[in-house]
Amino acid sequence: MSDHPDLAKLIFGRLTWEAIPLHEPILLYTFIAVALGGIAVLGAITYFRLWGYLWREWFTSIDHKKIGIMYMVLGLVMLLRGFADAIMMRLQQAVAFGDSAGYLPPHHYDQIFTAHGVIMIFFVAMPIVTGLMNYIVPLQIGARDVAFPFLNNFSFWMTTAGAVLVMMSLFVGEFARTGWLAYPPLSGIAASPDVGVDYYIWALQIAGVGTLLSGVNLLVTIIKMRAPGMKLMQMPVFTWTALCTNVLIVAAFPVLTAVLALLSLDRYLGFHVFTNELGGNAMMYVNLIWIWGHPEVYILILPMFGVFSEVVSTFSRKRLFGYTSMVYASIVITVLAYLVWLHHFFTMGSGASVNSFFGITTMIISIPTGAKIFNWLFTMYRGRITFELPMMWTVAFMVTFAIGGMTGVLLAVPPADFSLHNSLFLIAHFHNVIIGGVLFGAFAAINFWFPKAFGFKLDPFWGKCSFWLWVVGFYFAFMPLYVLGLMGVTRRLNHFEDPSLQIWFQIAAFGAVLIALGIACMLIQFVVSFRRREALRDVTGDPWGGRTLEWSTSSPPPAYNFAFTPQVHDSDAWWQMKEHGYRRPLSGFIDVHMPKNTGAGIILAGISTVLGFALIWQMWPLVVLAFVSLLATAIGHTFNYKRDFYIPATEVAAVEAARTEQLASHV
Amino acid sequence: MGAEAREPLQFHLETEHHPQNGTLLGFWLYLMSDCLIFACMFAVYGVLGRSYAGGPTGAEIFELPLVAVNTSLLLLSSITYGFAMLEMQRNRQRGTLIWLAITGLLGAGFIGIELYEFTHLIADGAGPQRSAFLSSFFTLVGTHGLHVSCGIIWLITLMVQVSKKGLIAENKRRLWCLSMFWHFLDVVWVGVFSFVYLMGVLP
Repeated sequence: MSDHPDLAKLIFGRLTWEAIPLHEPILLYTFIAVALGGIAVLGAITYFRLWGYLWREWFTSIDHKKIGIMYMVLGLVMLLRGFADAIMMRLQQAVAFGDSAGYLPPHHYDQIFTAHGVIMIFFVAMPIVTGLMNYIVPLQIGARDVAFPFLNNFSFWMTTAGAVLVMMSLFVGEFARTGWLAYPPLSGIAASPDVGVDYYIWALQIAGVGTLLSGVNLLVTIIKMRAPGMKLMQMPVFTWTALCTNVLIVAAFPVLTAVLALLSLDRYLGFHVFTNELGGNAMMYVNLIWIWGHPEVYILILPMFGVFSEVVSTFSRKRLFGYTSMVYASIVITVLAYLVWLHHFFTMGSGASVNSFFGITTMIISIPTGAKIFNWLFTMYRGRITFELPMMWTVAFMVTFAIGGMTGVLLAVPPADFSLHNSLFLIAHFHNVIIGGVLFGAFAAINFWFPKAFGFKLDPFWGKCSFWLWVVGFYFAFMPLYVLGLMGVTRRLNHFEDPSLQIWFQIAAFGAVLIALGIACMLIQFVVSFRRREALRDVTGDPWGGRTLEWSTSSPPPAYNFAFTPQVHDSDAWWQMKEHGYRRPLSGFIDVHMPKNTGAGIILAGISTVLGFALIWQMWPLVVLAFVSLLATAIGHTFNYKRDFYIPATEVAAVEAARTEQLASHV
Repeated sequence: MGAEAREPLQFHLETEHHPQNGTLLGFWLYLMSDCLIFACMFAVYGVLGRSYAGGPTGAEIFELPLVAVNTSLLLLSSITYGFAMLEMQRNRQRGTLIWLAITGLLGAGFIGIELYEFTHLIADGAGPQRSAFLSSFFTLVGTHGLHVSCGIIWLITLMVQVSKKGLIAENKRRLWCLSMFWHFLDVVWVGVFSFVYLMGVLP
């Protein structure tokens, strides 16, 4: 690279051999482990000749069910990365006292807490939420697919492209050292001249395209593609919360796109939007990013409220208590989500009136949320409750989330916030609601709908091990942070002087170890369930006595979901069908109109990854090349008019006959 | 009612169900999200629009006659796009293509004048790096210009597709989408013109 320095600089931009962190042993070993693991996986795929199968059946698939599963896989894989960051931080804080500097230098530690936040929100919680909605919503509304199946595939791959860029920053260059929202002036070019913030910007911009498009897609799906007869107030509650969440996505993510674009103009072209010089205003960044950021937390939690609603009514064997109030509570939360952003920076100095307004709106949100908790409790009241895994997660959620909600209301009081701001109390609060709400919800959902997606239940023993380790581990890991926060310990520190604090950090680290075991048990649960799949098989398609349409079809559902489009008369459509002794038709099948697979999504996202990488390292010729090929591929794709096909009635008849046989074998 | 209640409930359709096409709704939702990007840019301009940092002010650098020509070009292009849609509804391919071409030329003229304005500002030392006011000005106007440029590329693509495949249902749907996009950019420009240029030259 060094013979022609100018040419090398033109082609490779800022990228040199120094960018590869060979001098950092932790990263080097991680890289070796990841590389070996990666080679093993790729080798296995090649050995078992799975490339063609993966490409045809998964990567290019526009089936919402397969895309949903791929989203979930992405979320769970990134959970391992995000958790690795978490446990490294817990370990560092447990040992770095007094003379001991711990094992993570500040330069590295700052990247870890930034990456942890970014990964957990954008590449764990978001893919899991989007994946669930993708899988469940079309089935719940009796549709064959989403409104724009190709866009769906494209959205998934753009999200993955963002995740790939974040993962690349681990081994090529570095990640941002700014905290997960990258406030300027710290994230400006003067304070962060290296590539870390650029990785952050382009990973989120590329993933953001996917998120926004999937939001539009699911909105149109819910509005336009409901089965005949399904009025809005007859939609399952999960679909309702998905509708609210996608409204939030479409109305919030453009703000993130805009604010990150402005930050990149500051960094790349020397603009003065958020700088300290020449009239720029850094606090505007903080306002704008929280106008996206606060709705974002409701984007994550609302679908989980839907999950808990489905789980509670199914396992209490009762109609959900207060369906209407549940729907309106979701809508009120959706609206209020836009009126509270300033509570993230009461200390900015907006004055008493502004702070009071945002403090009060924040407290008001607890009313619809409280109404939901009571609705779930009243659904359980006098129900015939069975404590299967999804129900256990739901109960753990209700207890944990109530605590997190109460500390949230406490933080909403501006005077209290002035002393709790940026403390570990805040960290404890939002982990309390995000783990207790979003992750517990995700685990309830995975245990609940896994048999629908794969045709066999998850093993309950390992599931229960995972459940107890997670729940107990959560309390050990985060309750000490409340105590520390009240004592005034601030967040994002990698070294402490006061030895009296150490015991609390050690307790928290113990909690993190329990959570690690909980994650391990969950992985074991997947493996054990797969090996015991014959014993755990669900032949009915309705393993829990479900109430909504997804349980009326087989497990896993056929490509076309429903041989005949259901006609809906009630919010618990499948329950009503069962009560009326509905028999599924065995003849008279018709051709089913379906969209065709396409490789355009993965190709476009692949080029976007290259474009992002080139922009990060300022390899301008590659930027131009990637941009032009991106444009050409996108335009080329629009010349493809043959996007659908018919599954012939004979094939439908064969699939349905196989199911009839399976059902008969069960009885 | 009574007779209906006695009928057994029908729980599935015997024929294939064809839900309404959602493309226009989906595109409209996308446009609303795009509108929010512009809203952010307007808000940023609202905050920074008077932060001159000792540099030039709007009154000093905006040339209203030029902007007036530019605005007329863009508003006119909306009308010509409307004519293209009228031709499309009468299934006249040639007329549609001609009006689309005129629309594209007007759009290109708009972009040309904008680029001329930008290069002159930069040459005069009033580039986006000079002050927060100029940063926000270039961002807002530039974002709009970028959208119009994308619209022109899209328009050319659609012209090729219409001449190859004719006015088939898919192409008509695409023309509807671009129509919404084009008029939307016009509306945004009215905001830019009033809020940035007209109010900018006020003392």
